Amino acid sequence: MTAANLHPGAPTHHPHPTVRYRIIHRTTYTYESPVTVCHYLARLAPRALPGQECPWHEIHIRPEPVERATRMDYFGNTTLYFEIAGAHSKLEVISRSLVEVNNPDPVDPLRTPTWESLRDSCATSLKQSIFSASELTYPSSLVPTGPAFADYARPSFPAGRPILDGVSDLNRRINHDFLFDPKATDIATPVTKVLEQRRGVCQDFAQVMIACLRSLGLPARYVSGYLETRPPPGQERLIGADASHAWVSVFCGEQFGWIDADPTNNVLPSDRYVTVAWGRDFSDVSPLRGVTIGSGEQSLQVAVDVLPEGSD
Amino acid sequence: MSQSQSQSPSPSQGPSPTLAVKGPYLPTPGVFDEMMFPDGTVRPHWRTFASFLEQCSSSDLTSRADTIQRLLYDHGVTYNVFDDTLGTSRPWMLDVLPFLVSNADFQSVSTALSQRIRVLEAVLQDIYGPQRLIKENLLPPQLVYANPGFLRPVCGVNPPGGRFLNVYGCDLVRNPAGAWIVLADRTQSPASHGYTLENRTILGQVFQEEFHTSHVRRITDYFDLMRETLRGLSPLARRGDAGILMLTPGPRYETYFEHAFKARHLGFPLVECADLTVRDRRLWLKTLEGLKRVDVILRHIDDIDSDPLEMRGDRELGIPGLTEAWRSGSVALVNGLGTSLVETPALNPFLPGICRKLLGENLLIGSVPTWWCGQQRELQRVLDAPTRWVLKPAFARGARDPIFLDHLSRAELAQMLDRLRAAPQDWIAQERLTLSTAPTFSQGKVQPRSLVWRSLGLAVSGNQYNFLPGGLSRVSPEPDRWVVTMRSGGISKDTWVVSPDPLQSPPPPAPAPAVIRPARPPSGVPSRAADHLFWLGRYAERLEQTVRLLRASLNRVMGERSDVQTREDTACLALLTSTKLIPATATRLLDHLPDLMRDSSRPGSLPDLLSRIRFNAASARDRLSDDTWRLIHRMERDARLPAGAFLSTNAHSTLDTLILDLAAFGGMHLENVTRGHGWRFLELGRRLERASHCAALLSSAVTIGARDDSILPPLLEIFDSTMTYRRFHFARPPLAPAIHLLLMEETNPRSIGYQLKKLGQLVRHLPEDRNMDSTGAERGITDDLQSHLLAFPLSKLAEQPHLLLENHTRLCETLDKGLDSLSDTITERFFSHATRSIR
Repeated sequence: MTAANLHPGAPTHHPHPTVRYRIIHRTTYTYESPVTVCHYLARLAPRALPGQECPWHEIHIRPEPVERATRMDYFGNTTLYFEIAGAHSKLEVISRSLVEVNNPDPVDPLRTPTWESLRDSCATSLKQSIFSASELTYPSSLVPTGPAFADYARPSFPAGRPILDGVSDLNRRINHDFLFDPKATDIATPVTKVLEQRRGVCQDFAQVMIACLRSLGLPARYVSGYLETRPPPGQERLIGADASHAWVSVFCGEQFGWIDADPTNNVLPSDRYVTVAWGRDFSDVSPLRGVTIGSGEQSLQVAVDVLPEGSD
Repeated sequence: MSQSQSQSPSPSQGPSPTLAVKGPYLPTPGVFDEMMFPDGTVRPHWRTFASFLEQCSSSDLTSRADTIQRLLYDHGVTYNVFDDTLGTSRPWMLDVLPFLVSNADFQSVSTALSQRIRVLEAVLQDIYGPQRLIKENLLPPQLVYANPGFLRPVCGVNPPGGRFLNVYGCDLVRNPAGAWIVLADRTQSPASHGYTLENRTILGQVFQEEFHTSHVRRITDYFDLMRETLRGLSPLARRGDAGILMLTPGPRYETYFEHAFKARHLGFPLVECADLTVRDRRLWLKTLEGLKRVDVILRHIDDIDSDPLEMRGDRELGIPGLTEAWRSGSVALVNGLGTSLVETPALNPFLPGICRKLLGENLLIGSVPTWWCGQQRELQRVLDAPTRWVLKPAFARGARDPIFLDHLSRAELAQMLDRLRAAPQDWIAQERLTLSTAPTFSQGKVQPRSLVWRSLGLAVSGNQYNFLPGGLSRVSPEPDRWVVTMRSGGISKDTWVVSPDPLQSPPPPAPAPAVIRPARPPSGVPSRAADHLFWLGRYAERLEQTVRLLRASLNRVMGERSDVQTREDTACLALLTSTKLIPATATRLLDHLPDLMRDSSRPGSLPDLLSRIRFNAASARDRLSDDTWRLIHRMERDARLPAGAFLSTNAHSTLDTLILDLAAFGGMHLENVTRGHGWRFLELGRRLERASHCAALLSSAVTIGARDDSILPPLLEIFDSTMTYRRFHFARPPLAPAIHLLLMEETNPRSIGYQLKKLGQLVRHLPEDRNMDSTGAERGITDDLQSHLLAFPLSKLAEQPHLLLENHTRLCETLDKGLDSLSDTITERFFSHATRSIR
């Protein structure tokens, strides 16, 4: 999924058919002992983008919240605040969306500017589009930068290499060097540790890649969203299709804008991806973040279905 | 120090042998001294005070300094009530000599700082809004976007009340030319109001006369103004409801004393995060009677820790949903969230340009010369001559000591410069400054010490700001120290704004319109405060019971022992083991007594109980009178045994003193506290603890007494009932009448019967109806226990020792169980013990 990879001179008609997805994202918390008060932030509404539209979206919450308020957050993600009062032992949040995806042709990596020119213009330019991208070159709470990440990234970025070419190579290397292992990490595992142990889940892969790019001075952001659950005939089922997924977006200059990369699957995303939210790292986009008052254990179940409705 | 020669003291006369103090006050040559000109004459605004000092002997100052120490101790002023790493609280240091600022100097600094607040407010409005400063190149993007103080959830918020900065604090120092400049801005929760008040209260007592002859400006008007300004922000307060609260992270934080002191002075309840909840995007206080609306919070909690839902700080702190409530406009935060952004020292070099751009004015007050190393040219300057500079983190979170590059070894310097080169944007460099000095009384002499002045200001209306005529000054503990913070052992000073010429002294403040101090909201006791008061009552009572038990036991092992004493000692030992204060295997009280009186890690020991008392008292500090607080301090002091070998006679007199202290504590509670819910919960705690302790003790004693009635004299002593008993029975006490006196006699204030009667009365006045189901549950329990007691057939059983023992034991078990369930019911119904989890 790409936010702004339409570029001047692109054909006005769509060379691909539009794909419509029906998405159901169901989250269930079960509490061992009832909780009384809870406050939540949900970022579950797919974004409207060039190449992606969301004509219909609703969130259904049980028990019924006493208060709901929707706003746009700093990064333009639709954010729903809700409160639940009264003892309950189960919370269910069901997000349903209809999304139409139509992506233009992929960008030829070799046509993108060199990575050094990107780095330098981010460090110095005062043009709005560039300095707002430069915000994504700084470390954030979950993604520090440092020599270890720069060292890992450097082989993909020899002098003069076009940025997207380098990103694509880094994407491939992370996919190759890191093992997908849901048991290796949890939400609290720091990204430095993921780099050391070379294993983790999509969130870890994305955050390692972001740390690498930012450590070279390149702007990279964290994207949360969905993958098509069932692959089209003849194609492999992708990892992350039964839950919400995470990948990376890299700023490739004013002409090409932000271009996505998914290190977990070693692809530069296409129509099979639906973008929900982006930010500096997972903490900016977590689909559901809450604080509950109550004691005892709780369990979490997430189920995501992304089904194509056919094309037009 | 100069000799007094009529109006114009001339110091060049040198020290006079008769005046010890005036002796050699020798400012460091080449350093600006606050009191003296370089030629040794006294600055005009110091003259009155200096001539007083001249007549002052060193012993006079020493005795005033001692008085200050005593007052500080009595008021319980600390910087660090509960620093677990130190194990003790650090006493607040206050110099006997005030720091004097001329009224003219104060006025011009206030004008300059008013402008500075306006600039900082404008920066906040811009950065959390259109960000023109970045787009127009007045502020490097990195200073904002890489700044942990830039809180994205705040972007786009219109702060209720119209501004981010309602209160402001600023550390000022003099540059070598003698001009005041800004060392640091304090914006997110400017502290020091409480310490400033306390210092003034104490110095005002110590220097009553000098205070008046020096024409010192009053500071209390400022606090009245602050109270009124906050009320102006609160629609609820304007309607007559209590809508304003002061929020503290709690007694474990280093400046808790100051929060409590300020809250009491302003008359706003002091609450912790757990007292508050967000419902319907509004903020509510959880009280014993249910939720009460709150619309202004004077906060003493960092931005990042204020809301675990949207900010990501300490997860134990904060109020989930607070940001959303603030965003919705239903609660004003003083100061607004996100204000730590303008505490960033790296902003300094950009402020002059920003001031011209946003206000169209030249910046009136400079900062300590600062370079942000994120800029190439500035970085190079630092690398070229590193030893000239002091490095500090550019994005300060919390106070960190600056790094003096010239203090580093060659290897350390190389390492530091590597760190700087790797992340230059994380550092600022400041020129080393020689601070001005102020006379400070140290080790019997008046000596020059480096000075920092914390000024405090308040937004009144529109562009109007008001500054506290005074503030908190700090001086370094040793000469030549650059770092002057209370954290690093600094000494505070009261700050006097004086008019040297009485003719020009400001007119006495116009009689203020009669301000009716906001009364404490009728009841509205936060559930958490009630919880702490309940436990304060329980622990104070537990301490008394323990002290009485130990004293009675100790009485039996001292001096020449008769046979009777030996037998009673054995009985006491059995009683002590039954309470688990000493292990069942113990054979001698004296093997364990030293630990019980000294070892705070031993559960149930006196220091352990005292620290629990202090924690609960501190957590409800704003609901206890100063006298009560003093008593708690006194108990801690009195409980300390003399150092060295453990002598039982010392132990005995310590226990005696503690009994008197505890009696004073009980008396204070009985005679001096309004019968509100706060009183009621403390009283409930005391009665419940006494009843359940007595039940346990009686049960053991009767079991022991069935074999050997030597237990009775000590038992009566523990229950303070020896006299009463003797009035009825002259002979050696038989068991049954003793049981009657301690268990059932409702006129004996130490008996269980008496406690149950009192508990029965107390629970009838508990807050009603928060939870329909359990209303009256407490009454049911106390009624039930009372009828069990009344039905106990003591006179019938008296003749059958075996049956008496069995029935008595069963009764005590019933009482014990009932009292436990009373405690649980109260806890469940009124206190919020719920834990919190985040995902």
